[in-house]
Amino acid sequence: MGKVIMTVDDSASVRQMVNFTLQQAGYEVMTAADGQDALAKLKGAAIHMVITDLNMPKLDGIDLIRQLRANPRYKFIPIIMLTTESQVEKKQEGKAAGATGWIVKPFKPEQLIAVVKKVLG
Amino acid sequence: MKDKHQETFKEEAYELLAELEDSLLAMEQTPEDQELMSRVFRALHTIKGSGAMFGFEEIAAFTHEVETVFDLVRNGQIEITKDLVDLSLAARDEIKTLLDGSKPGNAARRQEIIAAIRELMPVIQEDGEEHQPGPPASPEEEALPAQGPSLTYWIHFRPLAEIFLTGTNPLTLFKELRELGECNVFANTEAISSLAQINPEHCYTAWDIFLTTSMGVDAIKDVFIFVADDSELTIEVIDDGLGSEEDTGYKKLGEILVERGELDAKALAKVLNRRRLIGEDLIKAKLVSGDQTQSALVEQRHVREVKKKRQEAQAAGSIRVPSAKLDKLVDLVGELVTVQARLSQTADGLQDPQLLSIAEEVEQLTGDLRDNVLNIRMLPIGTIFSKFQRLVRDLSAELGREIDLIMSGVETELDKTVLDRLNDPLVHLIRNSIDHGIELPDSRLQAGKPRRGRLSLTASHSGAQVVIQVEDDGIGLDKEAIRAKAMELGWLGVDTEIPEKELFAFIMAPGFSTAREITSVSGRGVGMDVVKKAIEALRGSIEISSRRGEGTTIIIKLPLTLAIIEGLLVTIERDYFVLPLAMVTECVELTREDIEKAHGHNIANVRGEIVPYVPLRERFKINGASPAIEQIVITEIDSNRVGFIVDHVIGEQQTVIKSLGRIYQTVEGISGATILGDGTVALILDVPQLMQRETLESRAAHLD
Repeated sequence: MGKVIMTVDDSASVRQMVNFTLQQAGYEVMTAADGQDALAKLKGAAIHMVITDLNMPKLDGIDLIRQLRANPRYKFIPIIMLTTESQVEKKQEGKAAGATGWIVKPFKPEQLIAVVKKVLG
Repeated sequence: MKDKHQETFKEEAYELLAELEDSLLAMEQTPEDQELMSRVFRALHTIKGSGAMFGFEEIAAFTHEVETVFDLVRNGQIEITKDLVDLSLAARDEIKTLLDGSKPGNAARRQEIIAAIRELMPVIQEDGEEHQPGPPASPEEEALPAQGPSLTYWIHFRPLAEIFLTGTNPLTLFKELRELGECNVFANTEAISSLAQINPEHCYTAWDIFLTTSMGVDAIKDVFIFVADDSELTIEVIDDGLGSEEDTGYKKLGEILVERGELDAKALAKVLNRRRLIGEDLIKAKLVSGDQTQSALVEQRHVREVKKKRQEAQAAGSIRVPSAKLDKLVDLVGELVTVQARLSQTADGLQDPQLLSIAEEVEQLTGDLRDNVLNIRMLPIGTIFSKFQRLVRDLSAELGREIDLIMSGVETELDKTVLDRLNDPLVHLIRNSIDHGIELPDSRLQAGKPRRGRLSLTASHSGAQVVIQVEDDGIGLDKEAIRAKAMELGWLGVDTEIPEKELFAFIMAPGFSTAREITSVSGRGVGMDVVKKAIEALRGSIEISSRRGEGTTIIIKLPLTLAIIEGLLVTIERDYFVLPLAMVTECVELTREDIEKAHGHNIANVRGEIVPYVPLRERFKINGASPAIEQIVITEIDSNRVGFIVDHVIGEQQTVIKSLGRIYQTVEGISGATILGDGTVALILDVPQLMQRETLESRAAHLD
């Protein structure tokens, strides 16, 4: 069974690209358009990892990470945030909220897979 | 696939631009509305971020300027004015023009807008230049890590106690380190207190890791990139890999501890005077802890081993042996394996415990001997790759190309025979890439590609196979031209849709390429049938993937060795056949009832999936009636599944491949023969060939 990764991004094109790349690499993917959507879709489902954008409507990435970490189910899973180069402070904020690591946009599919492999082991 | 993503991005960007326009107009009325503000910012942010991801660099760079201003607006450093809204709307229109791509964007106009935007910014923002979106790193920059000298590092890693709460598993870090080189990990468990006091969500362990690698310190730092900020992490070189040959030993335990600052040199001298096992004494004297000593011992052992290996490599050197001698040796091992099989069979029959135990031992030894002998014949693929540097250099000069050749996986080992016979096909593929694939520098620039073309040769292990890729970023194959040609030749029905992979496979079919030389409709194909034949003769497979305008990748999969394979032994009537086990995925039963259900088609239903099969009894014209329950051996090549009907499946078999005599070499469907334990000859099936014929025939049937 492939590991399940949830990817959260308000940009449909990024979502599609991440989804496609991960599926090609044999992972199962769940997608959500923002933090709220992600929490609604998860409903406590077992997943192995989350990849989330930071800047999103409704519930942004930082708050999503906080809420996930508050849930015992997702307390220890890897969470990777997608940031842009201008968000250095955001990176710090994300780490403080409990993010495992980050990927800087724009990134290539290989970079995404490398990070996923890195944190999922 | 990139096109598909680009389309999605465009759709999305149009929506965002519409939203941006609405929000900007509304904002003019209610400048203090925070929600509007974040909508504007988010729209810009997404256009920039996703734009850069899908190759719209110009849009990304331009949007970045506008976003920077709105970042300041959001933080209350600039006020929203009519000027700002006007400029933003103008910028939005420019982004749309860029996105349409119908007319070339007006670069001067964009410069104007940027200049006007910058004027709105407070002066201090001038140094914000460094925040420029920076062109996305080009692939060249992150090229393969430089292979430096092999150094031994001591990595001390004490993570933050809360490391687990950020979803990090330290063990994955060590796994990554192991991929860098020879690695020994020592866990420092002293900080773990009694069970009652432990917070199970905290990490108390620290690690000392000893790593010998040639990848450089940056590669090590990369492993720790996500945790370096909040962990105690030191990386030091403890052995430079130079050491003279006599220098077998390594630093003494006490020296290591002193160097690490864990022990005072004077205290050490004192203990040393007593001359016993120093580690124990130091612990007894409470100068260092048990874990500290253990860690130092691990270091000592690690470096000693590395040194020893290095010396062995230097001292043992190599002996040159004519390869004919090796071939003879492999032949003899082959004979031995056959005899051993006979011995085992005889012993089984006699049921003499003494003989059985001897047979078992012989079997084990023969196995070891076989592995070792085959190993001797393995050579790194780099030996032929390195020849290609010159080829690429000369050819590109001759043809006016500018090409960077990138090689990786040069240490991947392959049987010498395979390697020798691989040279010509690879030369052919490289020639094709340079001649027909990679464009002239000027046309590359026009197509928006870097001036220099890239040609990469990659080798890697994948199970019992070696995968070799020849990849270029040239013009790619012209699918439509191939389709047209295939139809012209009558190989493809007018409306038949076939997967891209099969379409590309046409250029490797004999008779396709020669015709193309005259018409020269597209990229490549000269003599690809020869390449394919050569690869198949090595029991390998070849596959093409390509994207018009972006490049072509040719993937060759080869078995590690030619001499001995794992096979599946089956029977039909009284004849024995062997299928290469690597291609077999499963065996299922086929009953009379199943056959009737298929209404005369050679199709089996395997757990809901339709699998075509070849009745080997008919194909090989073997007389006699088939048993009531037959077996389908299902094989898979390049994700095509075809079954082969046999009477019985006997089991796995070490198969020493004997080539067929000259008369039989053209027999279709048989690639060789082997001798079984009792002396019977079994024929080895040429699965790819049988499969190909099957698909061709079924396609022909569709065409009718």
